[in-house]
Amino acid sequence: MIPGSAFLVLAIVLFVLGVLAFFLKRDLLTQFMSVEVMLNAGNLAFLALAKASSKAEAQVIVFFILTVAAAEAVVGMAIVLHFFKQRKCIRTEDVSGLKG
Amino acid sequence: MAGFFWLIPLIPALSSLVLVLFGSRISRKAISLQACLAVLASFILSFTALAHLVRMPPESARLTKTLLGWISSGAFSAPVTFFFDPLTAVMCLVVSGVGFLIHVYSVGYMAEDRSYARYFGLLNLFTFFMLVLVMASNIVLMFVGWEGVGLCSYLLIGFWFERPAAAKAGLKAFIVNRIGDAGFILGMLFLILKVGSPEFAKINGAAAGGVLGPGLVTLAAVLLFVGAAGKSAQIPLYVWLPDAMEGPTPVSALIHAATMVTAGVYMVARLNGLYSASPAAGTIVAFIGAVTAVFAASMALVQTDIKKVLAYSTISQIGYMFIGCGVGAYAAGIFHLTTHAFFKSLLFLGAGSVIHSLSGEQDIRKMGGLRKHLPRTFPAFLVAALAISGIPFLSGFFSKDAILTSAFAGGHYAVWALGLVGAGLTAFYMFRLVFLTFFGESRLGEEAKRHLHESPGIMTTPLIILAVFSALAGFIGLPAVVGEKADLFGRFLEPVVRAAMAPFPAAVEWNLILVSTAAAVGGLFIAYLFYIRYSLFPGRLAARVPRIYRVLVGKYYVDEFYDAVIVRPAVRGSEFVYAHFDLKVIDGALNGSASAANLAGLGFSRLQTGLIKDYALAFLLGVVLFLGFILFLKI
Amino acid sequence: MAWVIFGFLSLLCAGSVVAMVLSKNQAHNALFLVLSFASLGGIFGLLDAPFVAAAQVIIYAGAIMVLFLFAIMMINLKEGLPPERKRVIYGISAVLGCVLFAELLIVARRAFFHGAEAAPAGGANPAGLGHLLFTDYLYPFELTSLLLVAALVGALTLAGKKGSS
Repeated sequence: MIPGSAFLVLAIVLFVLGVLAFFLKRDLLTQFMSVEVMLNAGNLAFLALAKASSKAEAQVIVFFILTVAAAEAVVGMAIVLHFFKQRKCIRTEDVSGLKG
Repeated sequence: MAGFFWLIPLIPALSSLVLVLFGSRISRKAISLQACLAVLASFILSFTALAHLVRMPPESARLTKTLLGWISSGAFSAPVTFFFDPLTAVMCLVVSGVGFLIHVYSVGYMAEDRSYARYFGLLNLFTFFMLVLVMASNIVLMFVGWEGVGLCSYLLIGFWFERPAAAKAGLKAFIVNRIGDAGFILGMLFLILKVGSPEFAKINGAAAGGVLGPGLVTLAAVLLFVGAAGKSAQIPLYVWLPDAMEGPTPVSALIHAATMVTAGVYMVARLNGLYSASPAAGTIVAFIGAVTAVFAASMALVQTDIKKVLAYSTISQIGYMFIGCGVGAYAAGIFHLTTHAFFKSLLFLGAGSVIHSLSGEQDIRKMGGLRKHLPRTFPAFLVAALAISGIPFLSGFFSKDAILTSAFAGGHYAVWALGLVGAGLTAFYMFRLVFLTFFGESRLGEEAKRHLHESPGIMTTPLIILAVFSALAGFIGLPAVVGEKADLFGRFLEPVVRAAMAPFPAAVEWNLILVSTAAAVGGLFIAYLFYIRYSLFPGRLAARVPRIYRVLVGKYYVDEFYDAVIVRPAVRGSEFVYAHFDLKVIDGALNGSASAANLAGLGFSRLQTGLIKDYALAFLLGVVLFLGFILFLKI
Repeated sequence: MAWVIFGFLSLLCAGSVVAMVLSKNQAHNALFLVLSFASLGGIFGLLDAPFVAAAQVIIYAGAIMVLFLFAIMMINLKEGLPPERKRVIYGISAVLGCVLFAELLIVARRAFFHGAEAAPAGGANPAGLGHLLFTDYLYPFELTSLLLVAALVGALTLAGKKGSS
C-alpha cells in the first residue's frame, strides 16, 4: 500500500505552493484561489493522518472544512465583485485602506 | 472633674475643626461664642486640675493620661501622653487665660473682617497646638505641638495673604523657624538615641544621674537651644518677629508675645535636668539671652511703628527669661514668662485699640495727645508700661528682679550688668512710646482726627482685666528679702525645676533691688526729659550722631546681611539646580520617555501598511517561527 | 499499481497548481484549479474516503470553481497588468516558503516516526460517516448548516446592494 507519509508530503508540497502563489500573484481572484489550494492541502493532510491512525473522525473534519470553504467562497466572491465595482480592477498591490 | 484634664487641648481642637469645616455656614455670633467658650472651657479645666494638684503631696503632684500608643517600635515608644504638673499648670493657665481674653478682644477687633471663621478657627487651632506643647510628657509629642504652633503662626501672620508684605512675612517666619527646628530635631534625636526614651522624666533623670557624657549633654542642650532661639526669637534667629507684625494685632498679642515665643523658655525649663547638668550650655543660654535683651532694646529706641517697638521689646524680654533659665533660676524665668504674658499682651491689645481708634494709623510720629480721647485704653496701657519697665510693686518689677538677683548670685556678673542696662533701656523706650502716643501735642492727620473714638467695651474690658493682673501678679513671687516663704510661685514650681538658690545676704539683695529700681526710674525720667520737657532734643541728638542713628534704624543691617549671605545664594543655587537638573534631567527623562513611547508607536504603526501581502507575510513569518519553536525548542 | 495512479494523480495536481501560479490569465488559473481539485478527489479516493472524494469533486470542482468562473465572467477583465517589478517581498516570501517547507517535512517525519501503517479505518464508508455525523458530531453539523444559511444571506445582501459602487 501507499504509505500515509507520501500523501502527507504531497499535502505539504501543495500547501507551500499555495503560500507561494499567494505572494507571487497580484490579483485578488488568484490570491483567493491560492487560499482554496491551501485549504485543500489541509484536507489532504487530515485524510492522510486519518488513514494512518485508522480514525474516521478526520473525514468528518474534512467534511466540515469543505462546507465552510464553500460558504467562504460564496461570501468572498460577493466581496470581490464589490471590490471590482469600486476600483474597476482587482489588483491588490495599492490597496492600503487599512493603513496605520 | 480633674480626671478630665486631658480634654484641655482637645476642646479647642474640636472647635477649630468645626470652624474650619463649617465656618462659612455659621453666623458670626455663633462663631464668636463657640471659639471663646472653647478656650474658656480649657481655662476652667486647667483651674480645676490645678486645684486638684495643690491637694496632692508635692513630690508626686502630677496627673497623667495616655490617649494612644502612637509610635511603638522595639524598645522605643512615644505615646500621646498628656500630663499635668505644676509647670504645665502655670503654662496652661497662662495660655488659656490670656488666650481667652484675646479671643474676646478679637471679637471686637476683627468684627469687620470677612474671613471671620478662618481667623477664629486658626486661633483655636493654635491654642490646641500650644496646649499640646505644654502638656506633652515626651519630647516627640512636644515637637508636634512645636511644629503646629509654627504652622499656625505662619497662617496667622499671613492672614491677610492678599497683602504681599504679609505673605512674605509669614514665609520668613516659617523658614527661620525651620532653621531652628533643624537644631531641635538633631538635639532630640541625640537624646532619644542615648537615653532610649523620649520621656522628659527619663531624659532629666539620665542627665542628672550622669548617664549621658558631659559632651553629649552640652551638645544636646545647645542644639535644642538653637530650636528655642528660632521659636523664641533670640540671636541669631530673631529676624522674623518684627516682620510678623503684619498679622492682626490680637495675633501678635497671643502668639508673638504671650505664648508661642515663650515655648522655647518652657522647653528649657522642662528640660532643666539637662541644662543644669551642663554649665557650659547654661552659660551660653544666659549669655545669648542677655546680649539679645540689650541688642533688641537698642533697636526699639528708634522704631516709629507702635507694633514694631513692642516686637523688639518682646525679643528683649524673652532674653531676660533665658537669662533666668540659663543661670539656673528656672522658676524666675517662668515667673517672668507669666508676668510678661500679662503686660505684653496688654500692650499689644492696647496698641491694637489705639490703631483701631485711629482707623489704622500705626506710626507714632502721627499720634500724640491721645490720653484725653481714649479714657479706658490709656490707663491700662500705662499700667502695662510701668510693669514692663520694672517700676516697683508692679508684676514686672518682681519678676525681672528675681532674674537679675539670681544672675548676680550665681556669679554671672556680665550677664547681670547687661540685664541692668537692658532694664534701663526698656524703661526708656517704653515711656518714649507712651509719651509720643498719649501725651503732648496731637500730630494726627485730618482723617484720623475725624474718626477718633474709644474702642468698644468688648475690646477694652480684656485690657482692664489684664491691667489688674499686670499690677498685682507680682505678689505671688515675692523676693527672699521679704520672707523665706514669700515666694509662692517658686515654691509651687520647686518639685519640677528643683532650683535651689544659695542663701544670699539680704543686704546685697536689697542693694540689687535698689540698683535695678534706679535703672528703671532713671530710664523713665530720661524719657520724660527727651519727649516731654525738651521735645526737640531727640531730633538734635540724632542729627549729632547720624551714623549711630542710621545703624539703629536700619536694625544693624542684619536682615540685609542674611539676605546677601544666605538668602540670595540659596535662591541662585536653586535657580541653577532648576535650570540644569529639574528642566534637563527630570523633565528630560519624562519627556524623553514620552517621546520614546511615541516613536515606538509610530514605528510600529508603520508595520500596518494596509497591504494584504504585508499582513500575509507577517502571518507566514509567525507560523514559521512558531513551528520552529515547537520543533526545535520543545516549548 | 496503486503507486502509478498515485504518482500520476499527484503530478497532475501539483502540476496544475504550478501552472496556475505561472499563468497570467484568470480564467486559465481557474481551469487549472479545477483540474487540481479533480485530481485531488481521486487521491482522496486512494485514501479510502469515497464519500469525501465524491464530495470534493461535486462541491469544490463543481460548485466552488463554477462560482469562481461566474465571478470571472462578471468581472470582465481586460488584459494587461503592468510588468512585475522586482520587489523585496517576493524574495522574503520565497525564503520563508522554503523554510516552511523544510519545517513541515520535519513535522511529517516525526508524525510517521513510528511508521504507523494501519488497516483501513473501520467507519470510513459513507454509512459509518453518516452515523458519526448524526450522533457524535450532530451539533457541528447543525451549526454548519446555520453557517451556510448565514453565508447565503450575506452574499445576497452584499451582492444586492444598489448604488454603492
